[in-house]
Amino acid sequence: MATKKKKDSSEGMSIGRVWRAVSIPLVSVLLALLIGAILLLISGASPMEAYQALFKGSFGSMKAFGRTLEKSTPLILGGLAVAFAFKAGLFNIGGQGQLLVGAITAAYIGFAVTGLPLIIHLPLALFAGSLAGALYAAISGALKTYTGAHEVITTIMLNYIAINLTDYFANGPWKDEGIIARTPAVLETAVIPAWGFVPIGFFIAVLMAFVTWYLLERTTWGYEIKTTGLNAFAAQYAGIKVPLIIIMTMGFSGFLAGMGGAIETLGVVGRYQPGFNAGLGFDGITIALLAKTHPLGVIPAAILVGAMQAGSSQMQFDADVPFQIIDVIQALMLFFVSADVIVRWLLGRRGEDGDKVSLGTGWG
Amino acid sequence: MSKQTNPPIVLEAKGITKRFPGVLANDSVDLQLHKGEILAFLGENGAGKSTLMNMLYGLYRPNEGEIWIKGEKVEMSNPRDAIDRGVGMVHQHFQLVPVMTVAENVMLGSEITRGGGVLSRRKAEERVRELSHQYGLDVDPTAVVEDLPVGMQQRVEIIKALYRDADILILDEPTAVLTPQEANELFRIMHDLTDEGVSIIFITHKLKEVLNVADTVGVLRRGKIVGSAKPAESTQESLAELMVGRAVLLRVDKEKADAGAVVLKVEGLQAFDDRKQLILRGADFEVRAGEIVGIAGVQGNGQRELVEVLTGLRTAVNGRVWIEGQEVTHFSPRKITELGVAHIPEDREKHGLVMPYSLADNMVLNDYYQKPYATGIIMHQDAIDAHGEQLIEKYDVRTPSVKTPASSLSGGNKQKVIVAREFSRPTKLLIAAQPTRGIDVGSIEFIHTQIVAQRDAGAAVLLISAELDEVLSLADRVAVMFDGRIVKILPIAEATRERVGLLMAGSEDA
Repeated sequence: MATKKKKDSSEGMSIGRVWRAVSIPLVSVLLALLIGAILLLISGASPMEAYQALFKGSFGSMKAFGRTLEKSTPLILGGLAVAFAFKAGLFNIGGQGQLLVGAITAAYIGFAVTGLPLIIHLPLALFAGSLAGALYAAISGALKTYTGAHEVITTIMLNYIAINLTDYFANGPWKDEGIIARTPAVLETAVIPAWGFVPIGFFIAVLMAFVTWYLLERTTWGYEIKTTGLNAFAAQYAGIKVPLIIIMTMGFSGFLAGMGGAIETLGVVGRYQPGFNAGLGFDGITIALLAKTHPLGVIPAAILVGAMQAGSSQMQFDADVPFQIIDVIQALMLFFVSADVIVRWLLGRRGEDGDKVSLGTGWG
Repeated sequence: MSKQTNPPIVLEAKGITKRFPGVLANDSVDLQLHKGEILAFLGENGAGKSTLMNMLYGLYRPNEGEIWIKGEKVEMSNPRDAIDRGVGMVHQHFQLVPVMTVAENVMLGSEITRGGGVLSRRKAEERVRELSHQYGLDVDPTAVVEDLPVGMQQRVEIIKALYRDADILILDEPTAVLTPQEANELFRIMHDLTDEGVSIIFITHKLKEVLNVADTVGVLRRGKIVGSAKPAESTQESLAELMVGRAVLLRVDKEKADAGAVVLKVEGLQAFDDRKQLILRGADFEVRAGEIVGIAGVQGNGQRELVEVLTGLRTAVNGRVWIEGQEVTHFSPRKITELGVAHIPEDREKHGLVMPYSLADNMVLNDYYQKPYATGIIMHQDAIDAHGEQLIEKYDVRTPSVKTPASSLSGGNKQKVIVAREFSRPTKLLIAAQPTRGIDVGSIEFIHTQIVAQRDAGAAVLLISAELDEVLSLADRVAVMFDGRIVKILPIAEATRERVGLLMAGSEDA
């Protein structure tokens, strides 16, 4: 009896907790749309018309919806990559590089390995791309543990290396025939099929979100990662091998980002082509923050951003609004989520640190 | 001092209330500080002492109530306002620049210049020398701060306040870092200061000190003043009871030790500190089953590094360690834990707990991967929570639930969580570093009883404490550590306060 009662009350608490967690991103999105509307008004367009077109272009038809899911897919994986690393206290800015490495590796396995049935070829290409992303990110993890180099710096540097490296392969050894710098198309046995308008890759991404959540919340590995992220000293005290955890976490983070690139290659573009996914890895940061780094929160956050990207051309077409307004709204969302003091204030919620008058304690 | 003529009130708080989200830190607190008086504030951790002091020093603003300084009602929004009114505070953690000289530190923030922005170091040095002489502080203005012992550094802090014409001094747990001899020196200085008309508020949780130096004692409990007393009319027991709200056992009740086989053996152990200086310079000792060996020493003589080497958190550069005859010198923390070593870490917030984790999750911090908490890599939250419930009950952790994050507990309860976790495994060797630092009398009593219970159950106990009283009341043998070595091991019967104090200060055995 007593235990049952306790369970009920904890469930009641968790609804409150979910609201607490969701309210800030939600209000941030609304605020961003509101300010976007004001900007549209100033530029002489009708916000209603524009947002209607945006909605139509992203959810208005099965085809539009399919496009939204397709756009969301790499965003989910990119967002997961950032969110996952964050749990170990690591800031993986290298999603873009890992995604590129994953994309070109998947493309190579896709066009160069022949004679395999789909059931083997496709998973192989997908896995190879993910693994390439993992190894690429693990470099930053290893640099951090063995030399102390900060992962923010090394992942950014590795982004540049990845861009140039993939450009070289796409324009050199793995170049397709013809004048365009790109790899040959992947074989049919390596193409991720669509299910009507619904891209299968989307389900893989959602599955990975659940896998990530499970790893973090239900396994000893997740406990070790979170302990490392929250208090590396306590992790050491607890007998956790912190260096190994850092490398492995970066590796799995890169695995997710690499998979995002592989799905984009195998399911959407059909080959590696420089510049096809510019910025996808960076959107991952926005999405992870919007999701408050919760693996399952990444799914709606990615669909939201994916929908805006999918609907932007419709908006441009119908309401004659430049698609850059989407970038502005996205930036505003990020702004409000990270500067959540503003939203807290709007919600009438106090900051956690009380109301300390001054931080200075010295004489200066 | 002319107490009978009723010296004027220099600082007064009237009905001060301070709320933090979910906590009433101070509940209509009144206090009066008279000129030339030493007013001591006693209270358990979380009783609201620091909050109160921070308000008097302008760091927090009260929600309700008034502060009057020298007959004037004041609204302070930062420490500058307090300093301008002659209030100075010496924090527990010194705010000094180690590489600068005393005089440079003192004038930092209110530098004397010769015009054109050129520092006049000599003038500052003169002023420091004057102050030092006037109050008997004996500080050399040209000394570099990092070369000074802790007690001297504290005096530099006091001079910093006096240099800014402070005549009301707030000392936040000033004796926490001092040897008994240094503490006595500090008390002498405090009396010299009050003789010169300075008024002092002094925060501590050490009852003996209050009785020795204070003119008046205020006791805080749960944000309220629950009593004030004159030391002459009080005893340690009566003050402890006021503080905790019930009678407290101050002495540890224990039988004579029944020491068995050697469990921990340490030979010539050497280690670097974080700055790569050799700080542990060759420690040799043994701890037997069923005895408590207490290590006494001023902080910074290698105790921390010793504990870290013994628990696998730091690598030894030389020397060897055995546990039950097995050499464990370069074992990982996990291997050492699995041998049956429990470790209460010195810094509970840094090493001992993961603050955002629930109590249940914290209570499996070093065996989360074992059955019944996990099978393979899959963890079983139900088993973890049940384990937590059990320990909360058994160790009397005051918490709303096992799901409560560790960060929201008081210091004493946080320590109980660690004690509960470490004592819930079969223990051959217990390493307890500063097990009662900064926690309240009630929790101290409980933890001491638990440590003795471990000993009586046959565990070898190594106790490291900066509180000499704690070592003397718990240990069966006292090992004195100085300059990275165990300089002497005394049976408890021969370990008098004076003798140990002298050894701690580095003098040859008296």
